[in-house]
Amino acid sequence: MKNQELDQNKEYKYGFTTDIENVKAPKGLSEETIKFISKIKKEPKWMLDWRLKAYNRLKVSKEPNWQKPKYPKIDYQDLYYYSAPKSMKDKPKSLDEVDPKLIETYNKLGIPLNEQKKLSGVAVDAVFDSVSVATTFKGELTKKGIIFCPISEAIQKHPDLVKKYLGSVIPISDHYFATLNSAVFTDGSFVYIPPNTRCPMELSTYFRINAAETGQFERTLIIADKGSYVSYLEGCTAPMRDENQLHAANVELIALDDAEIKYSTVQNWYPGDKDGVGGIYNFVTKRGACRGKNSKISWTQVETGSAITWKYPSCILQGDNSVGEFYSIAITNNHQKADTGTKMIHLGKNTKSKIISKGISAGKADNTYRGLVDIGRKALNSRNYTQCDSLLMGNKCGAHTVPYIKNKNSSSTIEHEATTSKINEDQLFYCNQRGLNQEEAVSLIVNGFCKDVLQQLPMEFAVEAQKLVGISLEGSVG
Amino acid sequence: MLEIKNLNASINNKEILKGLNISIKPGELHAIMGPNGSGKSTLANVLSGKEGYKISGELNFLGKNLNEIPIDERAQKGIFLAFQYPTEIPGVNTSNFLRTSLNKVRKAQGKKEIDALSFIKLVKEKTNELGMDEKMLSRQLNVGFSGGEKKKNEILQMKILDPNLIILDETDSGLDIDALKIVADGVNSSRDSKKSFLVITHYQRLLNFIKPDFVHVLANGKIVKSGTKELAMQLEKTGYKGIN
Ligand SMILES: Nc1ncnc2c1ncn2[C@@H]1O[C@H](COP(=O)(O)OP(=O)(O)O)[C@@H](O)[C@H]1O
Ligand SMILES: [Mg+2]
Repeated sequence: MKNQELDQNKEYKYGFTTDIENVKAPKGLSEETIKFISKIKKEPKWMLDWRLKAYNRLKVSKEPNWQKPKYPKIDYQDLYYYSAPKSMKDKPKSLDEVDPKLIETYNKLGIPLNEQKKLSGVAVDAVFDSVSVATTFKGELTKKGIIFCPISEAIQKHPDLVKKYLGSVIPISDHYFATLNSAVFTDGSFVYIPPNTRCPMELSTYFRINAAETGQFERTLIIADKGSYVSYLEGCTAPMRDENQLHAANVELIALDDAEIKYSTVQNWYPGDKDGVGGIYNFVTKRGACRGKNSKISWTQVETGSAITWKYPSCILQGDNSVGEFYSIAITNNHQKADTGTKMIHLGKNTKSKIISKGISAGKADNTYRGLVDIGRKALNSRNYTQCDSLLMGNKCGAHTVPYIKNKNSSSTIEHEATTSKINEDQLFYCNQRGLNQEEAVSLIVNGFCKDVLQQLPMEFAVEAQKLVGISLEGSVG
Repeated sequence: MLEIKNLNASINNKEILKGLNISIKPGELHAIMGPNGSGKSTLANVLSGKEGYKISGELNFLGKNLNEIPIDERAQKGIFLAFQYPTEIPGVNTSNFLRTSLNKVRKAQGKKEIDALSFIKLVKEKTNELGMDEKMLSRQLNVGFSGGEKKKNEILQMKILDPNLIILDETDSGLDIDALKIVADGVNSSRDSKKSFLVITHYQRLLNFIKPDFVHVLANGKIVKSGTKELAMQLEKTGYKGIN
């Protein structure tokens, strides 16, 4: 019994399900479903119109198929687009009114929401399926004029900001999944940092998929006004299920003059079992606009979960002297597939971008880095540095690097370095001889390989991420 | 301490060790000399438990049969190998690695983990004792280390882990005279009645600084001659061809 428990833990620690009564939208994708979502969120008409516009666009757009990981056809009429605990229907006013089962779920995930136990220095927005359950530290943040709330709340309370910025980085018509998200998005976080304000703590959203046959379509919008700074972290998990579940999020970041946004993700969606059954399809659109001069957006991602990960957190460097960074660790094991990378679009003068990507592939997994660096005609004196390293464990996995490079002016430079290596027997032997077992040795070596990226994570999460890197690769060598 | 009887080892269908016998008592220092390719590193690897070898014969360490014990447990029980070619591990901090390693050994001995502060104190003390630069500790493990630095780092690890069977695989090779002295000092200051050493070397030069109790000549996968320090001197004159 004990052993079995241990094995299960090793496989995926967050695979449990919370047994709770749900309110669901009618199954399938239709105008009716969209109206249902808009109504239950008590949205103003402009928001519904926006959604319907996206829906009409969706009807004439097609799923992309250029990416490496192929997936079975998704039956969009066989999904639920909204599912939320019944108890969340009459918005609980305080945490005391929230169903203890929900609080307990987050405790189990290591994200306590209670006042006494909440993580210090980190404000959390907890999203469960299609609703936000609670947001901590709201008071402290409000004092500084910082808005950190579920996007459904922002639509009601801060319509001007939402109207101005929603869809301004990822237009409704961008591509199939972005359009789908625009039509049916349910919840996610909204952040606004006022001018010249440094957000005093990490802001974090924890996404949990719980209900079966349900897609999660979250929407996050972060605006850093002039001269402000914010560091934001997103985490995610889901139960173990035999079916594949779709997660199609849109995340938009806007940095105005001299502002900086640091966005970190630790993605640990259920990856499917050893034979590749089940797991999340993580088809996410993340894009940031460095709209102001001297602004900076930095993406850091640690992707360990999901059956298929397919995302390219990107930066549009509009403002002169703006900076875009992308630090990525993508780990694929067993039958997992990842096609991930970034797009750095240089438009302003003296813009800089840096890409550090670490792909680790084990088992029968497949890992592709795909990245675009596009330096425009007017983006004089711009620079990009790209470094892509792949690490292979065993002979059955694959790693691919697909860089697209466009430099349209002669004063700019693009530098690209790529390496592929195998986990080194000598390194393992060395660690073993110093008393580390195989798993500890692998974890140490891989963490070393990823160090340049791990050190970009906020302190509070770096340790967790290091452990996750080790756990994701357990049993992959020897 | 260590009893090797009729040890045979092969890898990739190549027989390397062919009936090797050695017995080492606590407190003794044995030197093994032999030409390139005679099987010295193979012996070191087999003793530490490296996988991939086909092995027959007896390996006894502190009264226990080693054959079934995996490499990390052997290390935890006190077998230490200073590598001929210490490998580089990018991104891994030397000091952190050493602490992780020490804690694994301590845990196996039923001791509690050493706290960060005591560790720093210990590691600085040993670093200074060996006349090494403390800066090395904050660098990535062996990455960009010179040959000498790598070997000194092995000796530092030996000092910190405080094992009871120490195998030095050509630790002296490629060292200048100053580094050689540091290594020799490290060994000499560690010698006591409980520790045993198996010092593998190609040259007798090291034995001017480290006094062996016994010297063995390894050729063709077995010990062809054993003796005392005089044997090493003789080898120096006649070369390996003079033996047999
Ligand atoms: N993995 C291996 N596969 C095949 N032959 C090997 C392997 N490792 C070592 N050998 C051979 O075994 C012999 C002994 O090697 P080694 O123990 O490294 O010698 P030494 O350390 O004494 O120079 C050499 O001829 C070497 O080429
Ligand atoms: Mg050798």
